[in-house]
This record gives sequence, structure tokens and C-alpha cells, in this order.
Amino acid sequence: MARQEKKKDVVIVGLGWTGSIAGIELAQEGLDIVALERGHDQNTVPNFEYPQQIDELKYGVRLKMMQKPSQQTLTVRRDGGETALPYRSLGSFLPGNGVGGAGTHWNGLNWRPQEIELKLRSHVVENWGEEIIPEGMNLGDYPVSYDELEPFFTQFEKVAGISGQAGNLNGEIREGGNPFEGWRSEDYPMPPMPTTYDSAKFRDAAAAMGYHPFHAPAGIASTSYVNPYGMQMGPCNFCGFCERYGCYQYSKSSPQTAILGALKRYPNFEYRTQSEVLRVELAADGQTATGVTYWDDVAQEEVFQPADIVILSSYQLNNVHLMLLSGLGEAYNPLTGEGTLGKNYAYQMNGGVTMFFRDEEFNPFVGHGANGVCIDDFSISQNDFGAEGFIGGSYWRSGTFNGQPIRNMPLPKGTPSWGAGWKQAIGENYGHAMSIGSHGSHMSYANNHLDLDPTYTDRHGRPLMRMTFNWQDNDLKMNQFMKSKMEPLAASMNPDLMQSGFKGEGAMYDVRPYQTTHNTGGHIMGETAREGAVNRYSQSWKAHNVFAMGAGNFVQNTQYNPTGLVGGLAYHTVNAIRTQYLSNPRPLV
Amino acid sequence: MKTFLRIVAGLVAVGVIALLAFIFVPVQRTEPTEALAADWEPAEGQGEYVLNASDCVACHTSDDGESLAGGRAIASPMGTIWSTNITPDSETGIGDWTFAEFRAAMIDGLEPDGTHLYPAMPYENYRLMTEEDLRALYEYIMTEVEPVSNEVPETELSFPFNLRFGIRAWNWLALTHGPGFTPADVSELQQRGQYLVEGPGHCAACHSPRNTFMAQDGVTADEDSFLAGGVIDGWNAPALRGEGTDLSQWSVGELAAYLATGRNAHSTANGEMGLVVEHSLQKLTDEDNLAMAAFLKGIDGDAVDLPESFAAASGALEVPGADSAGEATTTMLASADPDMPLGARLYMDNCVGCHFATGKGAPEIFPELQGNSLVVGSETMPLISVILNGAEVPSTAKRPMALRMQGYADRMSDDEVAELATWLRGAWGNEASPVSAADVAAVREADHGH
Repeated sequence: MARQEKKKDVVIVGLGWTGSIAGIELAQEGLDIVALERGHDQNTVPNFEYPQQIDELKYGVRLKMMQKPSQQTLTVRRDGGETALPYRSLGSFLPGNGVGGAGTHWNGLNWRPQEIELKLRSHVVENWGEEIIPEGMNLGDYPVSYDELEPFFTQFEKVAGISGQAGNLNGEIREGGNPFEGWRSEDYPMPPMPTTYDSAKFRDAAAAMGYHPFHAPAGIASTSYVNPYGMQMGPCNFCGFCERYGCYQYSKSSPQTAILGALKRYPNFEYRTQSEVLRVELAADGQTATGVTYWDDVAQEEVFQPADIVILSSYQLNNVHLMLLSGLGEAYNPLTGEGTLGKNYAYQMNGGVTMFFRDEEFNPFVGHGANGVCIDDFSISQNDFGAEGFIGGSYWRSGTFNGQPIRNMPLPKGTPSWGAGWKQAIGENYGHAMSIGSHGSHMSYANNHLDLDPTYTDRHGRPLMRMTFNWQDNDLKMNQFMKSKMEPLAASMNPDLMQSGFKGEGAMYDVRPYQTTHNTGGHIMGETAREGAVNRYSQSWKAHNVFAMGAGNFVQNTQYNPTGLVGGLAYHTVNAIRTQYLSNPRPLV
Repeated sequence: MKTFLRIVAGLVAVGVIALLAFIFVPVQRTEPTEALAADWEPAEGQGEYVLNASDCVACHTSDDGESLAGGRAIASPMGTIWSTNITPDSETGIGDWTFAEFRAAMIDGLEPDGTHLYPAMPYENYRLMTEEDLRALYEYIMTEVEPVSNEVPETELSFPFNLRFGIRAWNWLALTHGPGFTPADVSELQQRGQYLVEGPGHCAACHSPRNTFMAQDGVTADEDSFLAGGVIDGWNAPALRGEGTDLSQWSVGELAAYLATGRNAHSTANGEMGLVVEHSLQKLTDEDNLAMAAFLKGIDGDAVDLPESFAAASGALEVPGADSAGEATTTMLASADPDMPLGARLYMDNCVGCHFATGKGAPEIFPELQGNSLVVGSETMPLISVILNGAEVPSTAKRPMALRMQGYADRMSDDEVAELATWLRGAWGNEASPVSAADVAAVREADHGH
């Protein structure tokens, strides 16, 4: 018999970026809110204290801030012909755990999508015709446009505290910024971060080839900063411990620095940690949710939390899992294309070139997660898909982001991986390498999807979620195109040695090495209930009082890091709840 | 001889009678400064506002206790004084007090039975409050505060301080002013600030020096020693006037921001001042914090520039570079010379990330160490304590982030902390006495948790 808690106006599932945004914006409406967080509470002091926090073995290698597979994991296979096996050791992607979620341990790269990325199907059809869309690709338009989201991108950037330089201010192209970015109504809240030596070298080489270098947009403070909630950041010291770590310096944009302190002051808001939501409960008619059932890890019992509104704001994989378990839509069937839950799971297609310069010192320990100079000359808006034979694009970036000794020792290929030869190579090469990364789009495909595993269950007895995912030719072609463009640029810098790492034709997904924690789709937005699990306001088509936030909304992944779009969509959703839903709860579309 | 003995006996008798009279003749309560109309009623919210401005909660609430129910230990040079329950509970609080009795406690330091309050209760300052504010406060406590039954420990000071009648003599020396408020010849806004600073805010209780009798030396603005700096529980309450003080470098807006949010472009409020910000100042109107700032900045007759607003705008705040006084230290640190002194090396290893080579920190978040009154104060315990145990600026309405500096007690030995503290007290043009390892050991031992 589950314990039952007092009814709330709103229950929030997961207290990361989007849960915090929903919390504070709805708390301003005076609603009675509880946020349920699976993990522990954490704050800058004491949890991220120096020097304990910058322990690479504990956090970088042993992944202390991440979800433990024994807590929650999923099974993985590459296509319907394989048997999915549990992801027992974190590798390819790293879901976070605890208050702040992935927002505490990210690198801080905060991008907006390009305008056409949100209307990509229309862009392709209008310019090259439907026939260039490969078979099996679920290319779609988002049911919301860049222009509609622009005020919310701006709002999120002000809250999060982003450093950068506008390239397109209300349509006016500005020197030094990204000329290919979507228009912005205001400049970045903070000036760009200073430039490290490798970034400057890349900038000069890119400019010499006629490209358009600009500062990476960084959720890292370049100055002191006060956001619209009065929350604060202090200037970064370039210690190089961002991704996989909490920031000890109040310099990285996170729910802790941007929202939580302000949110906790609202007497109508409370949060409970170690409270893992097991399912959303639906009313008998299935048209609305009545609340959620969660596992109280301290009391070791199930608890029913009734609420009028349910906000699903846990990590993308977990959101999709909860929706599948709760019947918040039909599971996607890749053979028929019917159903929406689990549809259009997508990822990121990345590659890069590393260059060794015997006589140059790059001081790789000086850096931050969003350090660097970028170019967008091969981004989605710049590529001729018809001529090149792929749909997609990438941004390139060069900048030291950490010099952590265990995991960041680039060595020439063929170097022994241990022993005297390895030691000698480390001595010769440490600090003498720089790299350029290509961070590319990933389309959605019928094959790549999420559903419930028929075999494996979790510690609560629930079926694990199953990921079916493999690389597809379109994105691999895009990646090879980037290689063909990047190698000449790298060569123009005259390194003593350079080596490329780009997946090519025939590459198969390998879940073991870390790639990126940009898992997207699965509860995508759709113009209709047939196309997506949620509508343009991230509102469930199935139960109108359930809103699902996060990258699960992405129709296909963009070429950028997802946080900027996640934040913009969250503010767009919460604005709709505030201005349209509360006065008259109903399906908003 | 007989005559002589008679005279002696007579004198003794007179002395005993005088002493008995001193002890037993009922004390007089000061008359009100103003007679309020029979139908006078406080404005909506006035009483709660006076309560906040008077910072009653900070002393009359224990760490885990109900608001205003007392039981907080207040350290004094004479021993521990326990704050009383001032909720309207009849048994353990002040529920049976009349307004006249309440007023007497506020302005004369007298309980209803004539017992003298210890002057940890700042009736020296509350004595300047208006009759209206006293009435509003009384009405609020009696009608809107929930009664809480909470018996607090008796204050038991050692001899002779346990003889409360002695306070009667002390009061003759200390209560030479008032009752009531006398505005200075300044603007109306500054007069409002003066009232809050002198009266309910009782700033002089910490920021004025104490005289030989431990009374406040400087209670009102017309005295030169008013707010000239004091020491409270081992912390410097810095001078709020004169040359070379922190405040002389701050604008009116920066000072108002410090009061309202516990932080500004230069510094942060720690220790006792952090409590004042948390419980009192952040709850006052912008206009009142501005009024206090304007009064303090103009206290020595200087012209005052009023800002339009303070601590309101969000956005980027530029980080200052080194100034001429700090240039040599900044250059030395930036040289990264391995031969630099140990204190400087410890600074590079532990502090420079936030406070920077310039010692200027960053506006509103990392306090500047150059010229910081806590760094260069006559009392070294606070600096040592902050290095060992860290510090916390409370969450406030306008700046909701609780800024916590971590402690370094586990990372540095007594010798190292002494080296670091000594170096800080001489860096960037700072000129203050050195700190010894024994000083650090004493603080570590006492485990000051501020």
C-alpha cells in the first residue's frame, strides 16, 4: 500500500535545468509545487569544494557525479536483428544524477539552432526536392519556429549567463560574431571569454582561408554576472575542470548558480531528494494524469503524489522511459511508422583532427569546457545537400578544455599504450598538441528508436528501456565531408604531424567509448498526435496536464550542443502554461 | 569618642539607607516623548517593519528555535546572556506586559517588576525610537505574533555582574541622552537614515567604541566617536566614518547594496553583519537602505550623490584591474617566481582563483582583499576564522544566492595559515600586524564557526 502525500498543484519530475525553470516560473504564479529528484542534494559548497572536486580519477574516470547503472540503465542494440544487452558500464553517454542534473557537469557550450534547423524538412524539400531524403530517414519540421522561440532563447541565455559576441543582431551582421547564427534580439549577456593560444592559432588559420571565426558561446562567466533572478556567477579562472565536475568557482552556468537559490526562497516550493518517480498515474478515462508514484529511497516505500499538473523534466532517456511505462502515448513501431513514444531517437556525429607541433607549448591545463574559437562555414545553412549527397552540417571548434592527465594525453598513432615507449612519447608530446573538433548534426531514422526491453528489468521490477541505434550513411557522409574540408585547414597550420578521427562508411555504433551525452528525441514534438508524443508546447497529446521537457522534444538533433534549444523550449512551454493553460486547463492545440 | 562613634554610626546608617534605597526604591520609568491620540492606530504593516528594522529576531531567536521565542546565547565580556522569549505567551513570554511596561523595557531597560535588563538589550539605542514606532511594535507583537511557550535559561553571570541593581548606576552613566530622536540638519532622506541608524538599527551597539564602563561611546550623530569603530565578540565592527575606512571608498549605492544584499562591488557581509543583513536589512525598503547609506556617507558633512537605484540591474559587471597601490604585489604574483614568499605561494595555491592576483576579487561575489577591513583589522581572529572555516553571505531577497566560501582548515597547518594571513595583511598596500601560528592555533581550538 503506497503512502499518499498531500495533493500539490504541480509535481516536477527531476530537478535539473528544465525542472528548475518550471519550478521558479510556476512558483511565481503562486502554485503549490513539489519537485522530486532521484539523486542527492548538491551545492557549490560543500559538494564541489576545491580541491576535492578536481579529482580526475574520482569524477573524470569513476564518474562519481553520474547515474549508476545499478540505479538505472537501458539495453542497447544496433538494429532489430540483434539482441539488446544492458549498458552495464557507462561509456558512450553519461546521464547525471542529483540536484542540478546534467546542468552541473556539462561543458557549458550553449548554442541556439539555426532557423532552418527547426524547419529542416521544408528547407530540403523547397531547395532540392523530397527525392534527396534517404529512405528510412524521418526528416521533420519542428512545430515551432525560430522566430517564435527567439524571446525564450534570449530569456534562457540571460538566466543561464552566457558569454559571447553577437554575429547577427536583429538581422545586422556584426564583425567578430557568427555571421551564420540565427538573429538575436539582444547581444550575449556577457562579453566573450579570453582566447587561448590554440584558439588564436586556429582563428588565424581559418581567417586566412576565408572562413568566419568567432568565440564559442559559453555558459562560463567572463565577468561577474547577476541574472534576472538576482542569481550570480563569478569570473572563470580557466582551471579546466568543467565536464564531469561541478564548478567550485560559481563560474559555470548551472541550476545552482542560475536558479535554485532563488527558487528555494519561495514558500510554495519544496523539493524531495532520493525520490525516484516510477510512473505517471492516469485517470480512469486516460485523458489526464492524477499524479506520480515514486520510490522514497530513505523510507524504502512507494509514495503516491497527487497533482494537477505533471512536469516531466528528468533526463531525455528517463523521460521517454517513464512515458512508455505510464502509457503516455503509443510506443513507436519502426516497421509501420505508427506510434510516437520512442520515435526519432538521435545523437551527434562528431570527428576531429589532432595536430602535433614539436616546438609549441599549448599549456592544455589552461582552459574551460566552452573554450575556443569556432567556425560555422560548414554548418547546415551553408551546405548544398543536393550536391554533396547528405543532409546535415557541423560547427568546428578549437580550444583547450582540459589538460587532465589521465584522459587527455594525445599521442601519435602507433605509440605503445604502456611502458617505456609510452612514457617517452608522453614526455615528447604533452602540451605540444592541439585539435579541431567537428560537432555534427544527426538525423532521425526509422531504425533508431527507443522501446521497452522484453527481457531485462530494473531494481523496481520495471522493464528497462531498449535503445536501437546505429550510424547511418547520411551522417557518415557528412562526417567524411568535414574531414575533407578540415584536413587542408589543419595542414595549412604546418604541424609536424596530424591525425584525423572521423567515422566513415560502414562504421558501427560502439557503446563503450565516450562520445557525447546529447541523446535526443523519443518524445518528439509533432504538429499532430500522429507525428509526435507532445505538441508545440511540449504538452502530451495523450494527457493534457502532462508536459515533457528537454531534448526528448527534438524532432531530429541539431548540429549544436542541445542545451540552448532545451532552455528555449522550456521557457516557451512554461510561458504557455502561465498564459494559456492555468486559466483554462485543456489541450493547447 | 562617643560623639565620634555616633558620627561614624550615623554615617554608616546613612550609607546603608542610601544603599538600601539604591537597591530597593522603585526605579522611575521615563515618560513618553509624545502623547498619541486615543484613536491612534499603527499603519498596516508598521509594527512588523519596526520589528525588522530593530533586528529583534537576530537575538531573540535561537538557531533551531521558533521566531522570537528567545534562548539564544549572547556572549558578553561578563559571561553568557540568554535572550528572552518576547512572544506574547503569558507564562514564558511578554503576553501580560502593558504598553507602558513594554516601553520601559525598550527605553529604560526595565522589566515590569523593576528588574534591570542587561544592556546586551540595546535600550541605549531603542531609547531614541519614536512613540509611534514603539506602539506599533508592541501592537504587532501582542496581536500578530504567535505565542510560543518556551522557558529560556536564566542568565547567571558571576559576581559582581549578577547584582542587577548595579546596572542602575551604569544607566546613570550610559543613558545621558534621549529619550526620543533629534534630527540633524540634513536632508529629509538623511534624517530618516539617521533615525534608523541611531534608533531601531542600533548600529552604534557594535560600530561605536565602548568607554571605560563598557557603555557605548557615541550614541547619537552629534558625537565624534559615534560609529568610529568597535569590537564585538572578537570581530572588528569597522568605523563607518572618517578617512581610510572601507566606506570612504564606497558610493551611496554600493553601501545601500551592501545593506540590502550583504554584498557589493567591493565586499561581502560575514559574521555578525551577515546576521543583520539576513534578519533585518534585506527586509527594509530600498528607500530606507538608501536613506541609511546617504546618512552614513554624509555623516562628516560631505555632499552625497544619490543613485537612482541600487542592486537592481542584472547583467555583466566589469572586473577591476590592479590599482597603483596593488601593482607591485600583482606583478610579483603574476611572475610565478618559485622563490616568492610562502604566504604568496599559499595564496596562489588556494585563493587566487577567486580573489585574483590583483586582490580585487570580482564585484558582488568575490570580496576584495586589498584594504578589506576584515583582512587588515586590529582583530585577527575573523581573518583566521574565514581562512579556516570559510564564510557565508546569506541569501537575500534581491540577491538570493547564499555565497559560501569554503574553509581550508584541513588543507593548511597553523604555520601556513599564519604565513598566508600575515602575507595578506601586507599585500597590495595593506599594512597590518603579522599573525602568529599561536594565534591560528587559538582560533582553531576555539572553533569559531562564523
